[in-house]
Amino acid sequence: MAERTFWTELWNAKWALLNGIAITTELSAYVVVASTILGLLGGLVLVYGWRPAALLVRLYVDVMRGIPVLVLILFWYYGLALFKINIPAFWAGVIALAGFATAHMSEIVRGAIQSVPAGQSEAAKAIGLRFWQRLRYVILPQATRRVLPPWVNTAVEMVKATTLLSIIGVVELLLATQQTIARNYMVIQFYLAATLLYFVLNFAISRLGALLERRFAYMRY
Amino acid sequence: MLAYNFNWDVIWRQWPTIIEALLLGIGLAVASLAIGCIIGILCAFGRVSRHKWLDWAIWSYVEFIRNTPLLLLIFFVYFGLPQMGIRAFDKIESFILTLSLYAGAYMCEVFRAGLASIPNQYVEAAKAIGLRPWQRQLYVVLPVMFRITLPSISNTLISLFKDTSLAAAIAVPELTFTARQINANTFRVMEAWLTASALYLATSYAIAWVLRLVERRYSVIR
Repeated sequence: MAERTFWTELWNAKWALLNGIAITTELSAYVVVASTILGLLGGLVLVYGWRPAALLVRLYVDVMRGIPVLVLILFWYYGLALFKINIPAFWAGVIALAGFATAHMSEIVRGAIQSVPAGQSEAAKAIGLRFWQRLRYVILPQATRRVLPPWVNTAVEMVKATTLLSIIGVVELLLATQQTIARNYMVIQFYLAATLLYFVLNFAISRLGALLERRFAYMRY
Repeated sequence: MLAYNFNWDVIWRQWPTIIEALLLGIGLAVASLAIGCIIGILCAFGRVSRHKWLDWAIWSYVEFIRNTPLLLLIFFVYFGLPQMGIRAFDKIESFILTLSLYAGAYMCEVFRAGLASIPNQYVEAAKAIGLRPWQRQLYVVLPVMFRITLPSISNTLISLFKDTSLAAAIAVPELTFTARQINANTFRVMEAWLTASALYLATSYAIAWVLRLVERRYSVIR
């Protein structure tokens, strides 16, 4: 029998780990896209919405931000099963994480919109733009620049939060790593390898964010 | 379809355990914040020091922690250290160690920003009345920095408190773990998770409220 080293074990586990990376990426992508769209809507409602609707969104945001995301995940996972709604753990996780991230994104969008100086909106009104035109051509382009740094932060947080889905049995990178460790007992090596993979993924996102920030840096006022 | 009969008896019967679990969570968060603050202060001073290599080492620590999932760090410390021959920690200590290292990285950034925003006159005035360098740091820079960063510290405490839920993954009997046990033993799914959510929510807002009072008392006069 050949000697068991970290590298041979890593080679044996390559498909499991690659699959884990793919699932992690897929989860993060769904969560980030869904929460960006919903968060944009939530933020707009918070700023411009009909009063009761804005209050409802505010309540949602404040409740979501006060509860640990792991509790939300477990709540969704066990709660849905209770009502005989049979969806895979993957989607229960996406819903829970996206619900959590939406609250954060709404806050970020609200803050960004409100940070655009009132003069901009007034000037747009003065030249006769309608509400949607003001939003589309004046407010949102300027808010985008403010949104970017916290948006990137939230995206990184979400990639990190996908690890929590290992607890409800989604075989993403962390659970794939743990299954590999259960087979070969190379605890330190494989946790370090997983750490490195997460680090590369998140650091890449952060750098990309910094790049985009520089790209949009010309929008000053 | 949505017929569900609530039965809160299980919760009342477990109430002392639940409260104990909640207090354990708060304790874990406070302990980690305290150790994290010490790490953070040392790192922040290290980053503004003249030593390039120290700056670089601390930067790597901070970036490493900030880009790594907390759950992975918890598992790494809990399962990895014993394999390296370090068996000194039980699960609670191991969790506090992890959360402190995690908090330390965030607090380092907070304090660094705090140090940068101390008005220069304060330091100059301290020099003018003849304080030594360490006296300047201890009696002028640190107190002002703490007051400036107080809002960020309270935010960190709340997010650390929420992060203590991850201790459930290594079977530390805190609130999430307890709720999960009630869920598994009695199948009172809604009761268990509604209780846990409500307690987390209430505690987070209570912490926020208390710290806002502290902030009002100690905030910098501008």
